[in-house]
Amino acid sequence: STQEAGLTNGTPVETSSPASVSSLFNRLQLDDDLDADSRDPYGCTETRDLFVTVDDPKKHVSTMETYITYRVSTKTTRIEFDLPEYCVRRRYQDFDWLRIKLEDSQPTHLIPPLPEKFVMKGVVDRFSEEFVETRMKALDKFLKRVADHPVLSFNPHLNAFLSAKDLNKRQGLALLTKVGESVKHVAGGYKMRARPPEFCAMGEYLDTFSQKLGTIDRIAQRILKEQSEYLTELREYGTLYSSWAGSEEELRRPLEGVAGCVTTCCTGLEDLSENMSQDFLPVLREYILYIESMKNVLRKRDLSQAEYEGRLEAAVLRKQEDRTPIPMEVEKCQDKVECFNADLKADWERWQSNKRQDFKQLLTGMADKNINYYEKVMQPVINDTLTRFK
Amino acid sequence: RMAEDGKEDNFLMKPCLCGIKMVEEGCTLLRRMEICVAEAEKRSGKNAVNMQETFTVYLIETRPMDALNEGRNPAPDSLWRRYSEFELLRNYLIVTYPYIVVPPLPEKRAEFVWHKLSADNMDPDFVERRRVGLENFLLRVASHPVLSNDKILYHFLTEEHGWKEVVYETGFQAKVLQIFTSAKEVIRFMEMKHYSDELQSHTSQLLRARARVADRLYGVYKVHGNYGRVFSEWSAIEKEMGDGLQSAGHHMDAYAASIDDILEEEEHYADQLKEYLFYAEALRAVCRKHELTQFELEMASQDLISKKQQREELATGIVRTFSFKGMTNKLFGQEAPEQREARLKLLEELIAEGEDTVKEKTVECEEHVERAWVDMQRFKEQKDKDLREALINYAVMQISMCKKGIQVWGNAKECFLKM
Repeated sequence: STQEAGLTNGTPVETSSPASVSSLFNRLQLDDDLDADSRDPYGCTETRDLFVTVDDPKKHVSTMETYITYRVSTKTTRIEFDLPEYCVRRRYQDFDWLRIKLEDSQPTHLIPPLPEKFVMKGVVDRFSEEFVETRMKALDKFLKRVADHPVLSFNPHLNAFLSAKDLNKRQGLALLTKVGESVKHVAGGYKMRARPPEFCAMGEYLDTFSQKLGTIDRIAQRILKEQSEYLTELREYGTLYSSWAGSEEELRRPLEGVAGCVTTCCTGLEDLSENMSQDFLPVLREYILYIESMKNVLRKRDLSQAEYEGRLEAAVLRKQEDRTPIPMEVEKCQDKVECFNADLKADWERWQSNKRQDFKQLLTGMADKNINYYEKVMQPVINDTLTRFK
Repeated sequence: RMAEDGKEDNFLMKPCLCGIKMVEEGCTLLRRMEICVAEAEKRSGKNAVNMQETFTVYLIETRPMDALNEGRNPAPDSLWRRYSEFELLRNYLIVTYPYIVVPPLPEKRAEFVWHKLSADNMDPDFVERRRVGLENFLLRVASHPVLSNDKILYHFLTEEHGWKEVVYETGFQAKVLQIFTSAKEVIRFMEMKHYSDELQSHTSQLLRARARVADRLYGVYKVHGNYGRVFSEWSAIEKEMGDGLQSAGHHMDAYAASIDDILEEEEHYADQLKEYLFYAEALRAVCRKHELTQFELEMASQDLISKKQQREELATGIVRTFSFKGMTNKLFGQEAPEQREARLKLLEELIAEGEDTVKEKTVECEEHVERAWVDMQRFKEQKDKDLREALINYAVMQISMCKKGIQVWGNAKECFLKM
């Protein structure tokens, strides 16, 4: 099988992915600490040469519609970019465009997910500060994951997204790749013999993991509900101490003290709940989407294996009939499958490693917030016990 | 020793525990006797309608203080009493000392229950809290400057059999409340009434709200237990993350379990509030008695006034107010002068009696009002001290709860960091 030229930009990316070349290239770059990279890809910032950030949301009102744009800032030393710095404004549609382009042009790779596209009007306020904030964080994460990917980050669509003044989305039509077509044209006629065990294991893992995350989501929502009801009762409880204090003399200060502490508890609880719904739950839900993306890639891999097996079988039969040699296409299919498998395994490792970091961060964050809550509540109680009561 | 002034009720009829020292009014029982409610036991027996019932009895132990002060450690005298006997003692004290704010008993049935707490009178936690409450009641009564000298109280603590009969023999149930008050004390009592209403309202509202808060807090903690299970299941499919997740799950279980002890401890705080809720009731009872006796004094005064008017009419022949006698006189003619004389004489006697009664009762009443006011001040001081302490303890409980929370989440964080 022939290897196509490696990194390109501006020309269509072929199906026989340069993954093996580019990953080799990457490994040469990151010669210092291979192991560390596979476990902690965010760690080696010295070797990263592409930094992206999404921030500064702004509302745009036009006669046709109202929408939000975000500032996308880029800093890079890569020669694939003309300038070392870029600053453009993009809206959600643009991110969606990028994602579709990446999926089409890099079918063998796992593309990170975007936050939900559609929000039910009337249920969620698309322009509320919380919603915009949450969405922006998710878009930032999406872009960072793409920028950190050794293959995806060199995709010309990403380049255009980050640098072009006006994103001409019709440009994309011309770049419909063979892969996209061939994947779409694989009919139900091809059936895969057997999924290799390593991919079976992946599939099972994803199913179970997705289930567990769903459970955690439900638990977190339940906690939010319980906390909200606790908060309601607590507020009334606090006011009762205040009103009792009003009819006492000696006891007035201690009672007011308790009322104050209850109030602190209420504020702390509000913060805790807000953090849960603004930071914790969105990340959790995003991972559930991520799992779905990964499952899709697995399915695509299965399809390409099925296609190969099907074509091979047909070619072998023909050879037996009239000595027609095995066509090149079949070999190309085999290459495709092997590349796909290799890419997928590499992406899987990276994904597992990222997942570990992300969840470590998410869960320690949750623990920290709870610790902060108790510390915040305890402080005035200690202070008050020392001053008011003595 | 019997006193000369005839105030037998204020001195003990039994040989004094101090030996030859005379027991003065004001030297409280608790100084001379160590009292505690040591144990509780379940008993079965037939009740008044010959049905089998189960009830709890409490062991009262007493020891003489002078023996303890001398360093000896004698075995305590003890007897068993059930809740209904405590109630009888308290009812007796309320009637016999109507101007005293009598310490309350712990609740008869579990009230202000948040859902996890049992409402069953046989529940061991309830029985234990009741034991503490009964001991508290006895200590308060035995340290009260007036109540502690009562002989029925002493019998209650020392004579197991026949005590009930002795109480009934005092005839306290038939005693008519005879407290009167003069006009200027009404203001004091209105203040007292308002205060007791406020105390009652605040404590009862607070207790209800606290129970609701406890219920909700319980829910928050317990739901976290689900994290324990799901982390454990999740850890099974992980390699490097597995251990950290599994251990963190255990800490989540510990967090969920910790709420039981926390809320059990808070019940002590609730009990302290409850005691003052019931104390407020006792205070209101004193005020109600005042209102009742105020009314009785007015009735007696009215009666005296009306008799005086009748005398005047009889003496002068002028009818100022409508009366049947006046009407019949008009219709059927005046009565004979002998009859008139007889009636006048009777009236004079009744008026003299009535004046004496009103005078006596006004004096008695003012004395009682003085004592009640004094007891009220004592009560206020006691209440301020006790509730202040209760609030401090509550604050300490909250600090402890926060520390536990920090510890558990800190442990969980350690585990997450090792993922």
